[in-house]
Amino acid sequence: MTALRATSPWRKTAALLARFGLTGRALVIAVPMLWLLVFFLVPFLVVLKISFADPMLARPPYSPLFADGSIQVTIGNYAYLWEDSLYINAYWSSIKIAFFSTVMALLIGYPMAYYIARSPEPKRSLLLLLIVLPFWTSFLLRVYAWIGILKTKGVLNMVLMKIGLIDQPLIIMQTDVAVYIGIVYTYLPFMILPLYANLVKLDNAMLEASADLGAKPMATFFRITIPLSMPGIVAGSMLVFIPAIGEFVIPALLGGPDTLMIGKVLWTEFFSNRDWPVASAVAIAMLILLVIPIMLLRMAQSKGADT
Amino acid sequence: MAELPLAADAKPWKDSAAVPFIRIKNITKKFGEFSAVDDITLDIYKGELFCLLGGSGCGKSTLLRMLAGLETPTSGTIEIDGQDVADVAAFDRPTNMMFQSYALFPHMTVEKNVIYGLLREGVPKAEAKDRVADMLRLVKLQDFAKRKPHQLSGGQQQRVALARSLIKQPKLLLLDEPLAALDKKLREETQFELIHIQETLGVTFIVVTHDQEEAMTLSTRIGVMKDGKIVQVGEPPQIYEDPNSRYVADFIGSVNMFEGTVDVAVSSTLRIKSPEAGIDLLVEPVEGLKANQNVSVAIRPERITLTRHKPDGAANIVEGGVVEVAYLGNLSVYRVKLASGKILKVTKSNLLHDEEPISWDEKVFLSWSNAAGIVLTT
Ligand SMILES: Nc1ncnc2c1ncn2[C@@H]1O[C@H](COP(=O)(O)OP(=O)(O)OP(=O)(O)O)[C@@H](O)[C@H]1O
Ligand SMILES: [Mg+2]
Repeated sequence: MTALRATSPWRKTAALLARFGLTGRALVIAVPMLWLLVFFLVPFLVVLKISFADPMLARPPYSPLFADGSIQVTIGNYAYLWEDSLYINAYWSSIKIAFFSTVMALLIGYPMAYYIARSPEPKRSLLLLLIVLPFWTSFLLRVYAWIGILKTKGVLNMVLMKIGLIDQPLIIMQTDVAVYIGIVYTYLPFMILPLYANLVKLDNAMLEASADLGAKPMATFFRITIPLSMPGIVAGSMLVFIPAIGEFVIPALLGGPDTLMIGKVLWTEFFSNRDWPVASAVAIAMLILLVIPIMLLRMAQSKGADT
Repeated sequence: MAELPLAADAKPWKDSAAVPFIRIKNITKKFGEFSAVDDITLDIYKGELFCLLGGSGCGKSTLLRMLAGLETPTSGTIEIDGQDVADVAAFDRPTNMMFQSYALFPHMTVEKNVIYGLLREGVPKAEAKDRVADMLRLVKLQDFAKRKPHQLSGGQQQRVALARSLIKQPKLLLLDEPLAALDKKLREETQFELIHIQETLGVTFIVVTHDQEEAMTLSTRIGVMKDGKIVQVGEPPQIYEDPNSRYVADFIGSVNMFEGTVDVAVSSTLRIKSPEAGIDLLVEPVEGLKANQNVSVAIRPERITLTRHKPDGAANIVEGGVVEVAYLGNLSVYRVKLASGKILKVTKSNLLHDEEPISWDEKVFLSWSNAAGIVLTT
């Protein structure tokens, strides 16, 4: 052992580096850690810092953290969020819109994912390709395209009037309905893909065993398929719910003046009012609002897996 | 129980008036061009424990799956209890299957797995729970009721699968290698338990197994399968003593096989020339053989007597040298090389300590009666 170590220059270097805690394992972990540090933790800390500052007519437009030899923090911004009902309402409305969008995406996405997972191979790849195909076009363009479809003299109303289903154009644009359509449409692939990844692994023998034991197709679906695909349902719902809460572009383009979403409020605070500290507080509060339920869910899940 | 269980001495398959419980008629299953099950016709009677035996990939599981309704036959019909089941979905069939892969529900405890079938049938929960407890005691899993399948050993999982298929006591039970993962002791206990269930409840079993010994102990009849076809059906002694082909003779138990040609019948014995044996083999006469026809003669190892000295009066006697001895406790297996180079397998009981045991390199005489040789043409 010692002889080998002495003769191999690589081992010598490795031993030297290990003395400073730099083993190969540590290096492999260090790269993603560094990435997270630079692009997530540092910006988060910056935003956190601004949220405790006072707005100022300056550049940047907030009070410095260190002034007069001491640390200057204020929780006034958070108190303001609590006092002004606009913010609470916006949070609440965001959660509501995100929640119902997630439920709709699940109801639409589950049958699609199931169908794709059960399709024979060449067809399955084609269907999967169709699901991810929209990503080749810019998200913004696709949302704009929905304006063309949903507006009063848009494609949808034209078609419905042509076939005589309605005689007055439907008012969809600039309502919550348009926002729901936009969000469900945009995030549907994020629901379908994890569900598909889960359902494709579903062992057909489970369904056969259930049928063999006398379960009708519905019973098999609710007692076997759904519970076994729960990880996919949770993952897909997270991937839709979380970005939907903070969504800004869709409510801004498709929604109306009444559509209240926290992303829009944040944007207004930041760009129109130039109140960076309040905007930062809005962002931090949203983060906490999101992270805590997710952590609780994860904890419940890992507990559930043990029993 | 309305129907009488099958008495040990009742043999409905010998009674031409008996009505079969299961009628499989010309059933074929093709996967693409490949026939996994090829034109099988088979009758199985109420209360039977029918074993399907055959090499890997010969279509045993596929046949069971068609009976359970999990696979649609390409052609042919299946009748269960007088009803054509072609249009009966799996969940409506009076069958339960134990899957070769167990197919336990991973998200449910042992108890929930076993109770599943009863609850789907609408059995009240309290009654179902009692029945599950009894069943778990039967398969010795009462202490594991709250575990999930992944927390069990392979043999324990197999017993859960067995319990789950037995609990509904269906008219027809299909077991796909139910005991393969159990240790010898537990396997024997469970075999007797299966026979007990069959005898007391009158449930009809079709059991797939790789293990011919198991088939011998368990079954009322055995069906030997090869390449999607049933090559022989019969009671265990019949299959063993009177195989109808080289394949069956070879598959069931071990056997010594001589190639030869038919000579002539000498009074009450048939003479078969076999250069491999170095002698003319004398066997009991068989109908329908032509002179110079190629045949095989199968001789079971336990039918051959092994001696140091040349015995008197045996119909067939050959000389050879011992090349290998395997001691198996109650008996020893000898491999003896003949002058032609052919190696014969012979078993000798160790009960008699008459003389010093025969060992390696000794010159020995092998002898057998003319009733021991089975003439096979296919
Ligand atoms: N779904 C399928 N598609 C194509 N071929 C299949 C399918 N299922 C079975 N086969 C083929 O049919 C043949 C019979 O399969 P089966 O599972 O019935 O064999 P088996 O007798 O049960 O074998 P084993 O003893 O190994 O379990 C095999 O050659 C197998 O490859
Ligand atoms: Mg099989």
